[in-house]
Amino acid sequence: MDLFEYQARDMFEKHGVPVLAGAVATTPEEAKEAAERVGTASGGVTVVKAQVKTGGRGKAGGVKVAKTADEAQEHARAILGMDIKGHTVHRVMVAQGAQIAEEYYFSILLDRAERRYLAMCSVEGGVEIEQLAVERPEALARVAVDPNTGIDDAKAREIVEAAGFDADTAAKVEPVIKSLWTAYQEEDATLVEVNPLVKTEAGDIVALDGKVSLDANADFRHQDHGALEDTAATDPLEAKAKEKGLNYVKLDGSVGIIGNGAGLVMSTLDVVAYAGEEFGGQKPANFLDIGGGASAEVMADGLDVILNDPQVKSVFVNVFGGITACDAVANGIVGALDTLGDEASKPLVVRLDGNNVEEGRRILAERDHPLVTVEATMDGAARRAAELASQN
Amino acid sequence: MAIFLTADSKVIVQGMTGSEGMKHTQRMLRSGTAVVGGVNPRKAGTEVEFEDGVTVPVFGSVSEAMEATGADVSVVFVPAAFTKAAAMEAIDAGIPLCVVITEGVAVKDTAEFYNYAKDKGGTRIVGPNCPGLISPGASNAGIIPADIAEGGRIGLVSKSGTLTYQMMYELRDFGFSSAVGIGGDPVIGTTHIDCLEAFQNDPDTDAIVMIGEIGGDAEERAAAYIKDHVTKPVVGYVAGFTAPEGKTMGHAGAIVSGSSGTAAAKKEALEAAGVKVGKTPSETADLMREIMRSLSSS
Repeated sequence: MDLFEYQARDMFEKHGVPVLAGAVATTPEEAKEAAERVGTASGGVTVVKAQVKTGGRGKAGGVKVAKTADEAQEHARAILGMDIKGHTVHRVMVAQGAQIAEEYYFSILLDRAERRYLAMCSVEGGVEIEQLAVERPEALARVAVDPNTGIDDAKAREIVEAAGFDADTAAKVEPVIKSLWTAYQEEDATLVEVNPLVKTEAGDIVALDGKVSLDANADFRHQDHGALEDTAATDPLEAKAKEKGLNYVKLDGSVGIIGNGAGLVMSTLDVVAYAGEEFGGQKPANFLDIGGGASAEVMADGLDVILNDPQVKSVFVNVFGGITACDAVANGIVGALDTLGDEASKPLVVRLDGNNVEEGRRILAERDHPLVTVEATMDGAARRAAELASQN
Repeated sequence: MAIFLTADSKVIVQGMTGSEGMKHTQRMLRSGTAVVGGVNPRKAGTEVEFEDGVTVPVFGSVSEAMEATGADVSVVFVPAAFTKAAAMEAIDAGIPLCVVITEGVAVKDTAEFYNYAKDKGGTRIVGPNCPGLISPGASNAGIIPADIAEGGRIGLVSKSGTLTYQMMYELRDFGFSSAVGIGGDPVIGTTHIDCLEAFQNDPDTDAIVMIGEIGGDAEERAAAYIKDHVTKPVVGYVAGFTAPEGKTMGHAGAIVSGSSGTAAAKKEALEAAGVKVGKTPSETADLMREIMRSLSSS
């Protein structure tokens, strides 16, 4: 899960990372009030910043300096509702103004390939870091971090030395890096990025803008992380699926997909898109992995979500019974269709293989539901589902 | 022969007395695996009864189990919150192979126990979030159904469990030396490259199927490895061409970030290394079938 800047700011503050005063606002009036509070330490000057989980907001006009609270309100009015690369701005952060002397860059992230962490640091911050990494890689220090020893004093020193800070600044940046490591470690983050990390005219080091990604698998030890989720931005069908504990991603095609196992379901989407080329470009409508269990209830929940997607014209149920028995899946499909009754109105193509497949196919044949077609192979079923979608 | 797991492997199960552990221990026993013990400190000294009068003793720790039974493989079924502790215990005991089946392990925990194992040496980790591995007819450490395919001369390595089953089913006419489900998490203990290397060195493997999916650059790295080190024929499959950017597709590691980790890039890298890549699992199986036929006729 990626956090908004204001959430990252609060998280930094909690772990002792120096940040400026800032408050989130969802209306121009709230922005004015926020500006009155946070601007006191900076002579009334504040910065109104669009809160969107994408880059390039400055260029899009989503960051504006305000000299007064009234001006902050005006800026908030202009920024709220703005579209930045397909993200609608629902919130702004009103932050205390800063006198910036220098801008740096710092991040810690999971290095999947090396299976450890990577700290990146540059004395040239405030720029697109991907661009810097390509154009002037020597300006971006990359230091490996062992997950079991982390960033201690020696490692923090190694990082600032590799980045090339002057001695005076290095001494000030080191403790900030250690605090950012604490945030990374204690919050189970997979990314903590500060761009820019600034030195103010007064010589203080401050994290001016932050990006944090959290590991959802670690939610069990972070009761507070659930509240950070942006439920407003979640697709309503995704929200409904999540409520039912289903692993669902909404896409924009016409063939609804249900399968077991993440890899097989991803593969099913591809096979449907591939087969769909023949039928006017039919594409998968969603990703839905019902996992190992595949009880009648899970199948009914899954079908319920998919059949409620108005874009869905046909449904492809693709199950390889490894642990799951195909008879249980067949009973799930039959039970779900009976539960849904008239609400189930779209054709279903079913492909079953593996554990107890004969019994599974027998159950479907016996019930002989008018909406259900059973196909022998995954490729054949994908083709049939795409064809049906093109006809409806 | 086979890779990592043979008929001589002695398996213990950490978390055997839980419901998943019980179910899969039974399945492992049924497929002929030598399951010699379970680990649960609260039930140490007891025995668990399985089908056909088979009993498996429960030990208080991995090291006790190893000492008493000579076990050299551990399969971990404990819940995600306790997986790191279980893996660390197995690593401390020096077990040669630790297969972590558990899904939903925090990546920080995996990064910590993987690096602990790497620094200490002596323990290969497979997983987490994987179906384990099987050397059909010899041994089965994990949850891969043993009856999909019999022993043969194809080696299989896959990030995905169900695609492992699907591919074994597609190629059941040839059978497998070993099939390894390495798992779909961002950090895993055994990679495609580790398996490619082992299959290349395994005299009983003639050709290799490699299944990848979106996220990270493991497939690209594997492609580079194949180009330089693998002389046996390799057929590939990559899932996730239709996955949108920035969405996690079921597996924690299956995510396209910006322009990196796409299926198209992985396919391209594999093809550049001389690997034939199928568009669907069936087409991939057909490519492998052709290779196996040409190998047997030459």
